[in-house]
Amino acid sequence: MTDRIASGFHPFVLPFLIGMAFVLSYCLFGMIRIILQLSKEDRRKFFMSLITPKILLKDVKDIFLNCLIHVKLWKRNPVLGYMHSSIAFGWFMLIVLGHIEVILFVPARAKLLYYPIFFNYFVSENETTLRGAVLFFLMDFFLLVVLSGIALAIIKRFRSRLFGMRRTTKPAALDLVGLYSLWAIFPLRLIAESLTADISGGSFLTLPSNWLAHLFMGHELYPLPAWWAYSIALCIFMCVLPFTRYMHIPAEMMLIPMRNAGLKIRNLNKGFAKVEVLSCPGCGVCIDACPMIASRSNVKDCTVYLNRQLRRGNDKRIDQISDKCLLCGKCQAVCQVGVQGPDLRVARRSTRGYGINQDYSNISATPLEKGHKVLYFSGCMSQLTPRIGKAVTAVMDKAGVDYEWMDRDGGLCCGRPILLAGRKEQARQLIAKNTELILASGADTLVVNCPICYRVFREEYNLPGVRVVHHSEFFAELVSKGMLSPQNGIGKICYHDPCELGRGCGVYDAPRELLSRCGTLVKAGHEKELSICCGGSLGSLSLNFSQREAITRNSYADLTVADPDVIATACPLCLSTYSRYADRPVMDIAEILMNQQ
Amino acid sequence: MMDFGFVLSKSSTVDLNKVDLSMYRQLEKLSPDVRTCMACGSCSATCTAAPYSGMSVRKVILGLQRGNDVSAMLSNCMLCGKCTMVCPRGINTRNLILNLCRIHETGGRNDR
Repeated sequence: MTDRIASGFHPFVLPFLIGMAFVLSYCLFGMIRIILQLSKEDRRKFFMSLITPKILLKDVKDIFLNCLIHVKLWKRNPVLGYMHSSIAFGWFMLIVLGHIEVILFVPARAKLLYYPIFFNYFVSENETTLRGAVLFFLMDFFLLVVLSGIALAIIKRFRSRLFGMRRTTKPAALDLVGLYSLWAIFPLRLIAESLTADISGGSFLTLPSNWLAHLFMGHELYPLPAWWAYSIALCIFMCVLPFTRYMHIPAEMMLIPMRNAGLKIRNLNKGFAKVEVLSCPGCGVCIDACPMIASRSNVKDCTVYLNRQLRRGNDKRIDQISDKCLLCGKCQAVCQVGVQGPDLRVARRSTRGYGINQDYSNISATPLEKGHKVLYFSGCMSQLTPRIGKAVTAVMDKAGVDYEWMDRDGGLCCGRPILLAGRKEQARQLIAKNTELILASGADTLVVNCPICYRVFREEYNLPGVRVVHHSEFFAELVSKGMLSPQNGIGKICYHDPCELGRGCGVYDAPRELLSRCGTLVKAGHEKELSICCGGSLGSLSLNFSQREAITRNSYADLTVADPDVIATACPLCLSTYSRYADRPVMDIAEILMNQQ
Repeated sequence: MMDFGFVLSKSSTVDLNKVDLSMYRQLEKLSPDVRTCMACGSCSATCTAAPYSGMSVRKVILGLQRGNDVSAMLSNCMLCGKCTMVCPRGINTRNLILNLCRIHETGGRNDR
């Protein structure tokens, strides 16, 4: 393999160089800017994580598995997984192999950035070696892999249903430019390499097509236009990249180390949140996942569109989208990149100024009776469904638990609803008041039957020496200790995973274990982290009663696919929401347990 | 006058000449469903903040319609959302309260 062109340069590499210089400098400046925007503490955390070998190793592993191989996507949808990893990993291998070729055959050119990309144009094969043949084979192989991915991508664009996606994102104009140029790059590369294959050498893909080209175009081939076109396609793709969804490629490589460093969303337009928004690939998986699409008018309120509007800075739409969301967290659960849709929205809500800022300093809650080991907190929602409180206390009485009902006659709110409305300061006041009450009582266990309260107790409260448990976990423990022995006999039960308990706190098994002792558990259409929000969520500020109905009916229909006798849930809000439209009994776990004693 | 044990009050509870409805008008724009309130008081009955600040969405709405200052009542609202769940008219009272807290900043701060 020798250099064919003495100068090692041809003007057709210029478009590529321009595009490359632009995208690299854009990303570099963007990266510096974002790091500067981080708070001092966050920046220290980030840099420390980069010099901690364990986290660094995790960064490299995560980037390789998620950005190149797309492991998460493979697990969810193998065809889409193949499509993405073939393009990403195939392209990556083409670049790596290109560099290897340059280093092996023309080491003098190794410092030229464009050489590995246009290697086949600049060299001629003077003798066939095994080493060269293997490399050429690999190059053709990975080109074929990428081309197969592109073919799938083209089919997906027009028939997304074939790939298991009912709805996909409507691309913006510039996204289309990026998309078409990306589609064009690899077929053009194939044509260009084929036309020079008789000079530079090739393998199973380029040599036969070179032969074909000779067959149709005669002895003299004119490869230059193809090389120009290939270079220009690369240039267009790289020049529009920062302004399209393809920005997720560089952004995700930054997001992974930042997330592994433990950064959280603070300011919506700066730092970590910005990286997260840019990392959204706009695939639209969150659209099918969103419970709100039960009515079609809500499609444009999914997380993918929030990210798009955040990039555009369309304040009015950002507000509308942020206020509407139920914050059920399903988009985050299915997102390949792990964009924290709910947290982004709450961050947006918290930027609002209010003329009336609630203040609870005038409230002096009555201290609790001391000497009980267990505190029971039923929460605001359970006051609308008193049968849950009755059932919980009846079960605890039966098991002989020594408890004190904290808010039997009403009490303070746990603080989560106001936190979801983005009013952190107010939530902090409520949290402080409740913390004081709980710690003063001297109890060592806090039983909560409302997942909304449960989540805030776990995430935001600091209760040293107090174990916070959801009543389903608490009862499961009592059953395993033999203090409760439920009879099996209620029939078929379908369990609905409340968002805050399942996706929010990761409690999936305790309720199922309890219910399987009371009856026969049947499956819902979507379970566990894919469960569909009941539509009653306090997360949404602007959805009104009638808009929620479609969501509830859709979610309820998903629970009744196996025709259960009873719908069970572990959340007072889900219970009252479903009860409105239910055609069979909807019961809390505690009630079922009480009935089956 | 003979004492019957009760008297009729003057019909001057609301003087429409003096009333300032700007706050209510602003709220109507943001939460049009406020117009459907029939003052049943379900919201008041369930309110978590009622024992502390006398909060009652019913009174808040009536107060606004009469041009009164309602900010004291709102000061203990915990946004728990029970009022929204029990409203027989399906009014999104939780959002109404948030909107009201917001209007106080932008507009009628000096509304008596």
